[in-house]
Amino acid sequence: MTSIITVKDMCLWYGAHQALHHIGIEIPEKSITALIGPSGCGKSTLLKTLNRMNDLIPDVKITGDIRYDGTDIFSREVDVNQLRKEVGMVFQKPNPFPMSIYDNVAYGPRVHGVTGRARLDEIVERALRGAAIWDEVKDRLRKNALGLSGGQQQRLCIARALAVEPRVLLMDEPTSALDPISTSRIEELAMELKEKYTIVMVTHNMQQAVRVSDYTAFFLLGELVECGQTDDIFSQPRDKRTEDYITGRFG
Amino acid sequence: MKKSQIVEQAVHLVFLLLGLITVGCVLLITVYLVVSGIPAIREIGLTAFLFGTEWVSTAAEPKYGILPFILTSVYGAAGAILIGVPIGLLAAVYLSKLASPGVKAVMQSAVSLLAGIPSVVYGLVGMLVLVPGIRTLFGVPDGASLLAAILVLAVMILPSTIKLSITALDAVPKEYEDASLALGATPVETYCKVSVPAAKSGIAAAVVLGVGRAIGEAMAVMMVAGNVPNMPDSLFQSVRFLTTAVSSELAYAGGLQRQALFSIALVLFLFIMLINAALNFFLKREKE
Amino acid sequence: MLRQPLSAKRKHYERLWKAVMRLSVGLTAALVLLLLAYVLAKGAPHITWGLLSTRPSYLTGKIGILPDILNTLYIIIATLLLVLPLGVGAAIYLTEYAASKRVVSVIEYAAETLSGIPSIIYGLVGMLLFSNNMGTCLLAGALTLVIMNLPTIMRATQESLKTVPQSYREGAFSLGAGKWRVVRTVVLPGCVDGIVTGCILSVGRILGESAALLYTAGFAHALYGMLDGLAAPGATLTVALYVYAKEQGEFNVAFAIAAILMVLTVLVNFAAALVQKYFTKRRSA
Repeated sequence: MTSIITVKDMCLWYGAHQALHHIGIEIPEKSITALIGPSGCGKSTLLKTLNRMNDLIPDVKITGDIRYDGTDIFSREVDVNQLRKEVGMVFQKPNPFPMSIYDNVAYGPRVHGVTGRARLDEIVERALRGAAIWDEVKDRLRKNALGLSGGQQQRLCIARALAVEPRVLLMDEPTSALDPISTSRIEELAMELKEKYTIVMVTHNMQQAVRVSDYTAFFLLGELVECGQTDDIFSQPRDKRTEDYITGRFG
Repeated sequence: MKKSQIVEQAVHLVFLLLGLITVGCVLLITVYLVVSGIPAIREIGLTAFLFGTEWVSTAAEPKYGILPFILTSVYGAAGAILIGVPIGLLAAVYLSKLASPGVKAVMQSAVSLLAGIPSVVYGLVGMLVLVPGIRTLFGVPDGASLLAAILVLAVMILPSTIKLSITALDAVPKEYEDASLALGATPVETYCKVSVPAAKSGIAAAVVLGVGRAIGEAMAVMMVAGNVPNMPDSLFQSVRFLTTAVSSELAYAGGLQRQALFSIALVLFLFIMLINAALNFFLKREKE
Repeated sequence: MLRQPLSAKRKHYERLWKAVMRLSVGLTAALVLLLLAYVLAKGAPHITWGLLSTRPSYLTGKIGILPDILNTLYIIIATLLLVLPLGVGAAIYLTEYAASKRVVSVIEYAAETLSGIPSIIYGLVGMLLFSNNMGTCLLAGALTLVIMNLPTIMRATQESLKTVPQSYREGAFSLGAGKWRVVRTVVLPGCVDGIVTGCILSVGRILGESAALLYTAGFAHALYGMLDGLAAPGATLTVALYVYAKEQGEFNVAFAIAAILMVLTVLVNFAAALVQKYFTKRRSA
């Protein structure tokens, strides 16, 4: 199993507050890795470091080494926009742009220089099919995306992320704002997507981690307590703290 | 018991009346303008008045055509928008999204100052800097022209354009911008392609407000536009706006000429009411 | 793949737009600075004690702007005295009494309309409504300005009333106080910041107003006390500037007045910012 992202001895500070302590983790390719842990444990922070969205926050300091496909993502030669194209992101709250469904999906390709109606049409259709929403929206591509239901909006956001042909998808609690039916559709979708993409998913929902993920990493107070195959973590955790957490002693 | 109830009722009535004063004022202004504006239009004829290209009010056989004023006001506002809005909007995007908090604060007070400068001061500076400047730069006999008025108006609508656009851009949810950045768009691409379209109702309101300001401004254009009732055929023509048409002859006019001035005011008022309705439409959409 | 730099086209896009944005901000900043510097440089040398302390005399040929300063002061005082009860009252009606949403939206739409009407139209209507009945005089000008500034005072008061916590009102009502009593004891004190802010904004607006005053208050330069002054025609500073510049070609005097107006505008803006800061601080405390 090859790793697409490797994090070594990574520390992160927000000003004087250290949010992540010496994190080391490998993200295996074409699989789903779940990041779990109580609120404020640093799992979302780690996720946002992988596509350097943390760069936008003032006073952030990061040490250590993060490699994507063997390249240090903080290297001067790396263009952050290119990184974000390769490592896409889906947010906690569905956030489609206030534009038409078509323009939402075509936004990324257009930014990255794709022109031509036929080419864009093709990309949009492929992305929407990939996110399992094509049949629901194909007759109203020109309608405003804000008219979709919450679950549809989230799948549209996944389609939007897929349209720039990433290799990794970061999902930050992608179902926490959705109802159970929409949630299970997103979960099914995630399991289909891992055929082609690597998914890193932050979740609060332990059942979700068990249902969809191949690997699980458990975080506590900014430290990576343990990580490994999901089955192992949930059946025979090595660390007492992991056991306490997954059996619901604290949350 | 009874007495206190009477007091309460009376107080309520007083406040009701105070509340209705604004409505009363609007009605009063409308009625006055309509009543005093209609007679001249009747006498001159609506088409001859609105579409007549000649205004010679003091001739033996006076002509009262206000098309030159209408066109001048429209061109003047359009020109001011064309120059003022791009500058204002670009500045607003920078100040709202890219500038440091310090720069933003300083520029915001500078813009408030620009908004507070009396229009006669703009007129004065325009008269003594802009008008001679246009004369020498373009080699025209008189710099007091449509162009001078457009430039002054462009500066005058700048503050409200910047202020309203900043407000609209500040209100764009950060999630939109995050989504765009996460797709690999650069910050500037994000602001131009996501933030500005998302703030379009507020920006439209800023533009409409600017149109209203430009059409309604009197003193500054009076001082720089030359004030001759020409058709605005060229940028270097001395022209008269709807606003200045009202004020420039009001001091001495009598009879039909005076009534025609009221009719011009009525036309101006209708323009402004239309613009207000448009403004309200955009502001309401912005809130939703 | 990752090492592939941003395409040249996108790099240009980024640089170009950033540059035009910076240019626009720079242009705006330069405009403000140049305007201020130019007017002050041209005007300040002509601001003399003689100019400030006398009235114009045809005998000596000298120009003094004392009457215009006083007229400005009189018209500000008269306008504020008249507009405050009306505007504050209207705001209290809207926030405390009005039960129907319809009425509120009609009144607010009327206020919006009033603030959109150009001052030249106010001048014309003021002339028909006031000057034709009481003669061209400062009071007629002040009355015109009252209508113009009504929305300003009303809106500022409304804003401050929104920050009076509902629990204060409920507390007073629960003690058995009548509505009028609640308004007097709880609501009115809450208006103070709105009134102060509204007054500053109105003063700024009145200082800058000219088109509405030209045909209502006139452009005389006679020297009077407040009461006689209100009954007589008179020019404010802005109107005087216009007359001296446009009709008489006295540019030195015009620039002196312009410089004074600039300084006053700066002061008004400063005061507004200061007051706003003070009230936000007190509210959050």
